[in-house]
Amino acid sequence: MSKEIPSYRIDGVITNEKLAELKLLPPEERLKKGPVVIIECPEEIPCNICVDACPFHAISMESISSLPVVDWDKCIGCGVCVSLCPGLAIFVVDMSKDDVAYVTVPHEFLPVPKKGDVVDLLSREGKKLGKGKVTKVWERNKTYVVTVEVPKELALEVRAIWMEKK
Amino acid sequence: MEGYENETIAIALYANGIDLFSWSELGRPRGAFCMIGKCSSCFMVVDGVPNVRTCREPLRDGIQVCRQRGLPEAPTSLEAGLEYAEEKEIKTDVLIIGGGPAGLAAALKAAEYGLNVIIVEDHYKIGGQLVKQTHKFFGSKDLFGGLRGFQIAEMLGEDLKKYDNITVLTETIAYGIFRDLWVGLASRKDNTIYKVKAKNIIIATGAHENYLAFSGNDLPGVMGAGGAQTIMNEYGVLPGNRVVVVGAGNVGLIVAYQLLQAGAKVEAIVEIMPQIGGWFVHASKVRRYGIPILTRHTIKEVKGKERVESVIIVKVDEKYQPIPGSEREIPCDLVLLSIGLTPDTTLLSQVGAKMAWIPELGGLVAYRTKYQETTVPGVFVAGDASGIEEATTAILEGRIAGLSAVIRTKGKIENAVKERENYVKFLEEYRKSPLLARSREGIKKVLIE
Repeated sequence: MSKEIPSYRIDGVITNEKLAELKLLPPEERLKKGPVVIIECPEEIPCNICVDACPFHAISMESISSLPVVDWDKCIGCGVCVSLCPGLAIFVVDMSKDDVAYVTVPHEFLPVPKKGDVVDLLSREGKKLGKGKVTKVWERNKTYVVTVEVPKELALEVRAIWMEKK
Repeated sequence: MEGYENETIAIALYANGIDLFSWSELGRPRGAFCMIGKCSSCFMVVDGVPNVRTCREPLRDGIQVCRQRGLPEAPTSLEAGLEYAEEKEIKTDVLIIGGGPAGLAAALKAAEYGLNVIIVEDHYKIGGQLVKQTHKFFGSKDLFGGLRGFQIAEMLGEDLKKYDNITVLTETIAYGIFRDLWVGLASRKDNTIYKVKAKNIIIATGAHENYLAFSGNDLPGVMGAGGAQTIMNEYGVLPGNRVVVVGAGNVGLIVAYQLLQAGAKVEAIVEIMPQIGGWFVHASKVRRYGIPILTRHTIKEVKGKERVESVIIVKVDEKYQPIPGSEREIPCDLVLLSIGLTPDTTLLSQVGAKMAWIPELGGLVAYRTKYQETTVPGVFVAGDASGIEEATTAILEGRIAGLSAVIRTKGKIENAVKERENYVKFLEEYRKSPLLARSREGIKKVLIE
């Protein structure tokens, strides 16, 4: 029976391959063009907050319990959905530059990061992948939306940031 | 010792570093467990009165609080400073027992259509367990989705103020239901016994956290995950610094995340099943910050003299039996149990509603129609008391129950009937999620025409 359990239900970590399989990973050409969302929401949660949140109507769902479908051409990677998703499951990546990439993550920990801060970059399993500089921070209902500059090869790996408490 | 106004005795003790509340008959130290007045772990002697639930008792200036050892002697009324209670008789259209999301939603709907409503709440404030939920809720925008739990409680509380046909009796318990829907209420606040004749009763009494058998499970520092949420999220006191969470359902995962927010270190979440019980998004939230989730692991023993000092976890085999030699000791000061909830249904049993044991819903629950009416005409059930789900379904069930009381009292008002059908349909749609399959199957077993 255990063979049928998807690995993300055992370790709580999803792979980029699985996201691609669920059509939740933007196609390569789209990633190169500029900021775009990655909704890491593989289960049919009865929730459609992201659909209502998107100012560009880029996210749709068949019913409240369906997986989100992103129209990659409509999404501009603004990050409004990042701030509103109750599962904190939405990220924005910008891979349009040659040398660096930008990853936007939801953040709900103190201290609140500021632009220019250098923070730890964490993977989906909490591994420290290096340091990155914060380039933008905004807040909505206590969820901070933080953009960090990361080495380009880490754009699809960094999913959280961490700052030690003073 | 000092504390804040509007906090409980138990919280003030925690804030002052005290988590030993009593000793058992055998002299074993005991601490708090549920923090919401549903267990007996935090009993103390308060101003001469034994067995006071300190998690529910507001702090007062000059209060005397003592630990008790074993069963206390019954005090005389003089020692306890008790006066005779007043008695009052009242009549109402709807009596709602429980002021959480289901009860409040029911009250608002019933009041909207002009019924007189009384809400009975054991705590000194309303909102139920929403008040300690700091995470954002799923669902749809129209049903508070995206808001944090305590914000939903605030909104429901604000809405309540719009109606002068709603009376809220806090610090009051419903102790029994009698013939012809007479209900007995005992108010600690007014020192009054109310005899209420209600045309409709909505039972929205919620649920309590489950316990687990292991050596050392009675030591202070072993508590319900919801109990820890009350301490840190409702009152801003950190219940421990190094924590092990038992059970990777949504509650365990959410509490682990909130502990990290509050500044604690979560050493591990252990889960006996081969996979995580809660939703992936909650699991990934804690994994990102390095909290391990150990599936196929369980707790074997808690060690400590007067409180938790470490926990021994162990791997289990295919039959959930501990694998000898796989034990591992983790130093910690807090062990949280998040292994499910049990509906609080004693009033439903007592009033004679037909009940069934439904494991998918957390235990004994009442048969009900899709309009939330039990087999006793005029007695409705809503929220976790009808089977363990969550706040969104509790609010929907509450609204349906409230509208059912309206229709039963005033006849088939067109708008009420229409609204009720919409909520029933929405609830069905909502429960179609494969993640809710278990409770959906459970409800099927107790749904009657």
